Amino acid sequence: MAKTALQFQHNGRDVAIFVDGGTNLLVALRELIGDMTPKFGCGQGGCGTCSVLIDGELHLSCLTLAETVAGRSVETLDGIKDGPNLHPLQRAFADNFAAQCGYCTPGMLMAAKALLDRNPQPSRAEVIEAISGNICRCTGYEPIINAVLAAASGGRARA
Amino acid sequence: MPVTVKTFTNTHDAAAALSSDRSARYLGGGTLVMRALNEGDISISTVVRASDHAMTRIDASGSRITLGAGVTFARILAERDLGFLHAPARSIGGPAVRNMGTVGGNLFAPVPYGDFTVAMLALDAVVSVQGGLGGREISIDEFLQTRDRQTGVLVLAISFARPGSTDAFRYRKIARIKPKGGAVITLAAHLPVNGSRIVGARIALGSMAPTPIRARAAERTLEGRALDASTISAAAAAAVEGTTPGDNALASAWYRREIVGVHLRRLLSGQE
Ligand SMILES: Cc1cc2nc3c(=O)[nH]c(=O)nc-3n(C[C@H](O)[C@H](O)[C@H](O)COP(=O)(O)OP(=O)(O)OC[C@H]3O[C@@H](n4cnc5c(N)ncnc54)[C@H](O)[C@@H]3O)c2cc1C
Ligand code: FES
Ligand code: FES
Repeated sequence: MAKTALQFQHNGRDVAIFVDGGTNLLVALRELIGDMTPKFGCGQGGCGTCSVLIDGELHLSCLTLAETVAGRSVETLDGIKDGPNLHPLQRAFADNFAAQCGYCTPGMLMAAKALLDRNPQPSRAEVIEAISGNICRCTGYEPIINAVLAAASGGRARA
Repeated sequence: MPVTVKTFTNTHDAAAALSSDRSARYLGGGTLVMRALNEGDISISTVVRASDHAMTRIDASGSRITLGAGVTFARILAERDLGFLHAPARSIGGPAVRNMGTVGGNLFAPVPYGDFTVAMLALDAVVSVQGGLGGREISIDEFLQTRDRQTGVLVLAISFARPGSTDAFRYRKIARIKPKGGAVITLAAHLPVNGSRIVGARIALGSMAPTPIRARAAERTLEGRALDASTISAAAAAAVEGTTPGDNALASAWYRREIVGVHLRRLLSGQE
């Protein structure tokens, strides 16, 4: 079956790839672009570890038809650090022991970034709501919630 | 297996493509279609999309509200004029699912999903569909009863009258995982009042049958009555009539039958 040409912005950089019909964005990012930061957990929308921002909005890349991002901006965890400097959310996750095995971390960070980008000073309840589509099997969530609140109160989270 | 993706700029062509190919599936937000493709569902060989702006339009300024089928739950939550629909919209998925999932896709979502459709059923919504031969409007009740036969039509929009007061529309989703989780059951009620009497009561239930259904026996107990303790008790007792819930991982059919009256009582008496 013919492949389709697809162009979009990946972490601020223009990329062009050829996709098979029906390819999801997670596969396109990992296998065609080589960005391994969004993870495959379930492929069903249930775990959230594949979360990315599309035009600034949180989406599940495993449930996104790759072709629907044509001409749009896709941001992954790979794009949030500034050179060798960690993003304030990444630093807060490290400081608050918010990652154990780390498998959920890319999705948690993107969900947290989506929240702080539009609400820099969220309440605890808002943080819980923001990460409610993301499953963590290790931390028990409390360190993650604390990390997001710490990044927010650091006032640097909009970076 | 690769599928063919067909994107159309107008809804007529998209509807024609859908109606002429039994293995074509419309892609709304994709939260259910992409799941099926990821699982290797070979019954889908073509994915149809429509980029027509009408599909994502919201008209909430007047007394009659129209939501394009492609409107997402996040968009509803961002509309101040649609405050009465924020509870059903917020009850769906996590934030990413609300950014992606659409009102049109929810009409087709199987149990334990379809929460927004329960709200639409209580509001007596009308579904605008476009088939291969033309467009028509169909009541949501009839649409849901014939849902199996609606594959191949394109849903364009859904419209309904704004409830007369904030108290007239009520919604409750019972889930084990909060804030995210599939429904054990979902309830919505529209209780228009004339003087102190209810006229045109609508009660809709989710996960009590293969599609959302109206609790007609409970509706009859409310008709022409004031919403007092005895009326509420009669409605609660009648809630289970005509339901055919199933067992799933979230609850058994028995449990659903046991609790539906309890939650209808709470919904009608305004309890948390
Ligand atoms: C993690 C997760 C959690 C979820 N939680 C909930 C929940 O709490 N409550 C709930 O109700 N649902 C839930 N869902 C299910 C789903 O996201 C919603 O029901 C959503 O509304 C489906 O809409 P969609 O646009 O994504 O559908 P799609 O996947 O695009 O489509 C679903 C079906 O509807 C058809 N369809 C879509 N739009 C049209 C149209 N305009 N015309 C004709 N056919 C159309 C498609 O062909 C397909 O058969 C959840 C899903 C996931 C993955
Ligand atoms: S891999 Fe996308 S939600 Fe689990
Ligand atoms: S740290 Fe292991 S799943 Fe979250």
